[in-house]
Amino acid sequence: MAATNKEPIKASEIDPTFKYELLRMPGGEKLLRCFQCGTCTSDCPVARFSDTYRPRTIIRMAQLGLKDRVLNSDTLWLCAACFTCTDRCPQGVEVASVIRLLRNLAAEKGIAPVVFKEQAACILDSGYAYKIPELRIKKRATQGLPPLPKGNPKNIRMVLKGVNFLGDIKKEGEQNEQ
Amino acid sequence: MSNKYLIFLGCAVPYRVSSYEISARKVLQKLGVELVEMPEFNCCGLPLDPVSHETMLILAARNLALAEQQNLNILTLCPGCAGTLKKVNTILKKDKTLRGQINGHLKESALEFKGTAETKHILQVLMEDVGLEKIKKSVVKPLTMLEVAEHVGCHLLRPKDYIGFDDPEDPQTLKKLIEATGAKCLDYINETECCGAPSVGVSDKVALQLAQDKLIHVKMAGAQALITICPFCHVMFDTNELRIERMFSETYGIPILHYPQLLGLAMGMTPEELAFNELRVDTSRILKLLSEGIN
Repeated sequence: MAATNKEPIKASEIDPTFKYELLRMPGGEKLLRCFQCGTCTSDCPVARFSDTYRPRTIIRMAQLGLKDRVLNSDTLWLCAACFTCTDRCPQGVEVASVIRLLRNLAAEKGIAPVVFKEQAACILDSGYAYKIPELRIKKRATQGLPPLPKGNPKNIRMVLKGVNFLGDIKKEGEQNEQ
Repeated sequence: MSNKYLIFLGCAVPYRVSSYEISARKVLQKLGVELVEMPEFNCCGLPLDPVSHETMLILAARNLALAEQQNLNILTLCPGCAGTLKKVNTILKKDKTLRGQINGHLKESALEFKGTAETKHILQVLMEDVGLEKIKKSVVKPLTMLEVAEHVGCHLLRPKDYIGFDDPEDPQTLKKLIEATGAKCLDYINETECCGAPSVGVSDKVALQLAQDKLIHVKMAGAQALITICPFCHVMFDTNELRIERMFSETYGIPILHYPQLLGLAMGMTPEELAFNELRVDTSRILKLLSEGIN
């Protein structure tokens, strides 16, 4: 069996409006079509090797309105975004997109693995998602490669002004500098 | 002018998979595909989609708008970049409200998304713009002694409603391109499964198990090498092969080549020119086979 915890569900945990919130978001429109057939889980490459990650369970939790439980679930972050579930769902539910929506909502609450924050910080600093070593950049000439296109961090920050998740990153970056 | 593209390197290729870039540029040049460098770069946005869809849309749209300004289409080496740029192009062309919102952000750097630039992954350019016939004609040393397997990965093909290239359940493009070099492309179990790369950093164990599963089946099929077309898949199988072998106390010894390296060999380029020295898994066995076979 799946999911994060097997605690009995309390009525107070259920947010009946949660599903409507998801239905209004791009990618979540078809959430209620899911009839729990399990095609997503049985075809999921990650579920084959994880004892806990089950896309069907995540979808069910979202439908039921177990908002806090699903947003705090560690397994939410295991999805490899291969989109096999989305392509094979007989009901046309964009399963991977629903999982992405849930992750986005979790991230807004500050729940996200550190790797994403690191990559966001790199993009804001250089345009690239990784810190590319100077040595690699210099080596390009000897490898017969043209210079690496430069990022435009100032401009990137400007276009991303007002985006929720990135507000946190900037604040954290500022703290590090102190 | 159809074979002139703005090359979008992405982040993973310059970060640690230069062998892919070196071999791709050599092969494309020889096939008459002209590449123009991006005037400036930012990540396609895919790595941040899990935490902020809005950020992904803005970053991708910014790149598309830059390409539109250059009046050129984009060629990518990374299927993740290609998939993201294609998907965002489709979404923003359809959804005018969303396009307005995103353009509101882009206005801050005097850019506007119009939806006039298309994106293609190198494999799609080779298949659709260069064509199998021209590729076959460019082969001077057919690799007929080689039996390989292919791993096309996820993002070149999925989600199919947004990407619309090849068949995700039975992809043929890479197979045909491999066979154009004279090499035989073998089938194996779980051929279309994920390499595991997106789970690295969240659960390395699950990620490496996925990659191991593929290596087991590739070996079982008797392939002498595995051919990839994605920097992330390549890192999973090549950079991590030794780590996987140690973790599971197994040996695979399967060389992992970028498709342009395989094609380059068939076009008569040397392993040195194609940056074979940057690969982690020993390729000497297949290179010996080739030199003996070619005479």
